[in-house]
Amino acid sequence: MSGNSPEKILMKGNEAIAEAAIRAGCTAYFGYPITPQNELIAWMADKLTDMGRVFIQAESEVAAVNMVYGAAAAGKRAMTSSSSPGISLKQEGISYAAGADLPFVYVNIVRGGPGLGSIAPAQSDFNQSVKGGGHGDYRVIVLAPSSVQECADLTYLAFDLADKWRMPVLILGDGVIGTMMEGVTLPPMRDLASLPDKSGWAVGGLYKTGRAARHITSLDLVPAELEKKIFNRFDRYKKMADEETRFEEIQCADADLVIVAYGTSARVSLGAVEEARKAGLKVGLFRPISLFPFPADELDRLAKAGKRFLVVEMSMGQMADEVRLSIHDRAPVDLVAHAGGVVPTEEEVFAAAQKILGIEPAKVQGGKK
Amino acid sequence: MKRGKVTIDRDQCKGCYLCVRACPFKVLEADTKMDPSGVYPAVFSHPEKCTACASCYQMCPDSAITVYELEGDEK
Amino acid sequence: MKRIAGHPESLVPVQSKYCGGCGHGIIHRLICEIIDEMGLRAKTVITNPVGCAIWADLYFDTDTVQPPHGRTPAAATGIKRVLPDHLVICYQGDGDLAAIGTAEMIHAANRGEKFTTIFVNNAIYGMTGGQMAPTTLVGQKATTAPRGRDPVEAGMGYPIRVLEMISTLEGTRYLARGAVNNPGNVRKVKGYIRKALEAQMAGVGFTMVEILSQCPTNWGMDPIKSVEWLENNMIPFYKLGEVKDEIEAVKASGTATVAGGEK
Repeated sequence: MSGNSPEKILMKGNEAIAEAAIRAGCTAYFGYPITPQNELIAWMADKLTDMGRVFIQAESEVAAVNMVYGAAAAGKRAMTSSSSPGISLKQEGISYAAGADLPFVYVNIVRGGPGLGSIAPAQSDFNQSVKGGGHGDYRVIVLAPSSVQECADLTYLAFDLADKWRMPVLILGDGVIGTMMEGVTLPPMRDLASLPDKSGWAVGGLYKTGRAARHITSLDLVPAELEKKIFNRFDRYKKMADEETRFEEIQCADADLVIVAYGTSARVSLGAVEEARKAGLKVGLFRPISLFPFPADELDRLAKAGKRFLVVEMSMGQMADEVRLSIHDRAPVDLVAHAGGVVPTEEEVFAAAQKILGIEPAKVQGGKK
Repeated sequence: MKRGKVTIDRDQCKGCYLCVRACPFKVLEADTKMDPSGVYPAVFSHPEKCTACASCYQMCPDSAITVYELEGDEK
Repeated sequence: MKRIAGHPESLVPVQSKYCGGCGHGIIHRLICEIIDEMGLRAKTVITNPVGCAIWADLYFDTDTVQPPHGRTPAAATGIKRVLPDHLVICYQGDGDLAAIGTAEMIHAANRGEKFTTIFVNNAIYGMTGGQMAPTTLVGQKATTAPRGRDPVEAGMGYPIRVLEMISTLEGTRYLARGAVNNPGNVRKVKGYIRKALEAQMAGVGFTMVEILSQCPTNWGMDPIKSVEWLENNMIPFYKLGEVKDEIEAVKASGTATVAGGEK
């Protein structure tokens, strides 16, 4: 893989995430194997050591996220990745990092849960991702790719956002996104000297500047002081939300029904939108790309314009709840929910759209499978 | 034989007396006067016996002790 | 008049929160004496644990990083790997190291991570008020073993000799155990720590110094009785001395890699 490749390369989502992270200046990756993200750790194992960067297959997901904690405290662009059960293990470390205002990137290639669940795709970690999945009041930025190109682009962006806003950033994929192959144009390899300067807060390098010693911690036993820190952090989240909310709208302007979906569910729903439009139905797709900050204002605008909503997700309604919150119950929100690794089909989403719009769905005749 | 002098920072001393125990020559004792925080700090009671061995310093968990070696006729 | 011993530069001049007589204060002072003597304060990063030494970042005038409970060696791994020219000290108590953090400690040792662990073993959980630790002795009372640690009837397990256990890992290079019960032993501990830190800066590999320490408060004794208890009970069980020393062998083999720059 050359340093700057303008051509398109056929890659898996997991591989694109890894390569984009390397190009973004990730110099430390710590991970643990778990299906369906093993291509990511394998890519890192293959590339990083030869580049003089740090790679460790840690003894557990817990250890890996804490190695990230240390490397991030030392001011490096550090990363870990896992899938749902392993992400649960990391919640303590993520909470500590958020409480210490440490930037880092982590990746969840979601599989069916709860428990050991399945290795097939799911979107049932939404709440854990967007509500601060560990203990305490905090948030992480959550970016949801729905193509291999977005895997690369959003990962590359994630490191910049983490550093800019001093918080963890999550790339939320699923088992389809992580393992499917598509053509990717990769971003350029960053010169490490061009990375943001963290000498204002990171540990290490004291001998170069003679500054005072620094103490990275999330502990504060004085309630009023800890409250102030948390209030300040949430002010920062607000500023961040003003700048970093991302979404895609497809044919929503004239739509009677807006399908809300992300990741693989969005790809499926796009097919349903196309079928609906062919059948003369005014259906659109609203695809959140940032799940935190959630594009609540945009959805509310659509609700005020009289549209109704159909959420399609591989979850028992975690995002549907967020949509209802966003639109203040102005409009009905229906749900196509799947779990356990089952992926929705275009046919069923189209049929659900038809039913909502008062049309009896025709029996399936040939068509896509 | 070396002669020594020990100063004890009364703001740091917590009155654990590990220094008193450690001193081979019983130079240090607990003060009979309590300080405002409720501690009876260790005091350098028998300076004439101090050899600047610094055993007291080694044991002090609060680094409250400074040990000097006296030269000539110093006190 | 010549000052021959006093408060080290790298130790912050405030009264510590540690209980009177606690071994942490002695150990903090020794570390500070050594990094002052080696001129390494400005290149030192210390990871401090959950436990009484949660407060250590108030007393070491060096960069510090405080990770979740037990994850201290993982954080130290991350730091030392990306700042290999720095002196990284992983400071832990017996809960952090031998209970919740056992996996992180064993695997850092197994990988031969080049930071130095200071393991303060007081055979009890201090900060949380005196519960049983992995290193609590058989028969020793704790709030969660009110009738004494009982490995047989109550299934409470046996005290763990960590250094002996990890000495079987090929990645460990220098493992030593001392105690801070009397001045002679305190001086020996300083020697062990100094040797370990020098080995780290020479790129030798995984080093750990375990230090038996008194906990007057949670043992329910005054400080002098507590050091006597340590002498009579802990030292016979946890043997003092250098458990493993491959420093010279590693140096002679040419595999000691003096650390490069940042990653």
